[in-house]
Amino acid sequence: MQAVFTIERKAETGVEPEDVLTIKNLYKSFGSNHVLIDFNLELYKGENVAVLGKSGSGKSVLIKCIIGLLTPDQGTINVLGHNIGELNIHELDEIRTKVGFLFQSNALYDSMTVRENLEFPLRRHWIKLTTAERTGKVKEVLNNVGLAHTIDMMPAELSGGMRKRIALARTLILDPEIILYDEPTTGLDPITGKGISILIKEMGEKYNTSALLISHDMKCIRMTADRIIMLIDGKCYAQGTYEELKKNNDEKVKQFFE
Amino acid sequence: MPLPQLWRRFLSETGEMSRFTGRFFVQGFKPRYEFSELLHQCFIIGYKSLPLVGLTGFIMGLVLTMQLRPSLVSYGVESELPMMVGIAVVREIGPVITALIFAGKIGSSIGAELGSMKVTEQIDAMEVSGTNPFKYLVVTRVLAATLMLPVLVILSDAISLFGSFIGVNIRGVTSFNLFFKQVFDALSFEDFIPAFIKSYFFGFAVGIVGCFKGFNSSKGTEGVGRSANSAVVVSSVLIFILDLLAVQVTDILGLN
Repeated sequence: MQAVFTIERKAETGVEPEDVLTIKNLYKSFGSNHVLIDFNLELYKGENVAVLGKSGSGKSVLIKCIIGLLTPDQGTINVLGHNIGELNIHELDEIRTKVGFLFQSNALYDSMTVRENLEFPLRRHWIKLTTAERTGKVKEVLNNVGLAHTIDMMPAELSGGMRKRIALARTLILDPEIILYDEPTTGLDPITGKGISILIKEMGEKYNTSALLISHDMKCIRMTADRIIMLIDGKCYAQGTYEELKKNNDEKVKQFFE
Repeated sequence: MPLPQLWRRFLSETGEMSRFTGRFFVQGFKPRYEFSELLHQCFIIGYKSLPLVGLTGFIMGLVLTMQLRPSLVSYGVESELPMMVGIAVVREIGPVITALIFAGKIGSSIGAELGSMKVTEQIDAMEVSGTNPFKYLVVTRVLAATLMLPVLVILSDAISLFGSFIGVNIRGVTSFNLFFKQVFDALSFEDFIPAFIKSYFFGFAVGIVGCFKGFNSSKGTEGVGRSANSAVVVSSVLIFILDLLAVQVTDILGLN
């Protein structure tokens, strides 16, 4: 059973859960625009945490700092026990293979087929795999996202929901320990969005991953997140389960649940 | 835009491009080497440009011959036509026209491809999957452009001379052997070598400018179009500047 570590459960069990991602005192500004101000976060093994905030609140900046696409002005980010700021590029690349990233725009390589998109990370990092093993792995993840028949199609031939599933399959192919989801349901219709939310939950359980999900889609967050962190004014303004935050009387928190 | 601002923008972009070029030399020599992608890019950049380069080379040789003929006839030196066309094509017209065609086809394609990849976060996706996008996308394309253009120039020169042979035979009669004997008698290594060497620089300029423009593309489809467009414009201007420098260098070395 997937472990769920809310703050309360941590206190209840008395067992110190293993943290896979820790952010301490994170600051990031773009000129005079202070996006993240003393932001703190902990993600435990097997846990799904959603960061909820308005558009432009710095959610994507946060996730890009975690994966090393942006450099924070101040603060530390520890991923799987490694301080991202202290790693050289080769060590960072090594860590990146253990952290999947699902882009808001899917970011599928549009000059490659679905098979080539999925094989790309395998060819680069699991170089000892034979062709048959590589094909087997590709088929396995495609089956898991329900799109085995698209293996030789180009991304342009797929619908938005299918592209999202393929992007998720590519994220899963290296068996990551953490997955970062950047607005996974944005731009999708409610039914497809619900399907993606279910898939995120199922894949998390199947691959035993921890997930940090950036979104403002309350339905998706409710379905997938064990804990929600509210990013307001660049800070971790409030946190708790969906039900806990729904009962919160703070005006800034309440507006997300209305 | 006011002149000081334009000047500042020009200097800023030149500085960024120099840094980008420096990064190419630093990253290009460090492992991991992307040989399979380099071969793939050589196929796309070299082999797939061959029909266009061949066609323009043929027309260039044919038209040049037909345009030169009346002037030479009026001076009574019609027999010098193969020699004149040979020297003009090998020393100057072949490398420059082929490089300009190459800039139009490959420079714009690299600018648009990388620009589109940048805008749709594909370059970021490559980076977060633990692949160095600069090495995989930029180093391979620049090397492929640098290596392939001289080969295309040689082929274009050959096809151009064949076009010239056809042109000569439209109004007169010259055998294939005689035509090419006259051409090669007039040419020496001093004609081939500088043209061949400057083709490498032209190819490098097209590759690096295309990659720089694409890699630094601003957000949106407009930015992709602008990257493709400015890749062609800047690399074409650079080809002429490099050609001017090459003439000066060959002159100093006594190869003219």
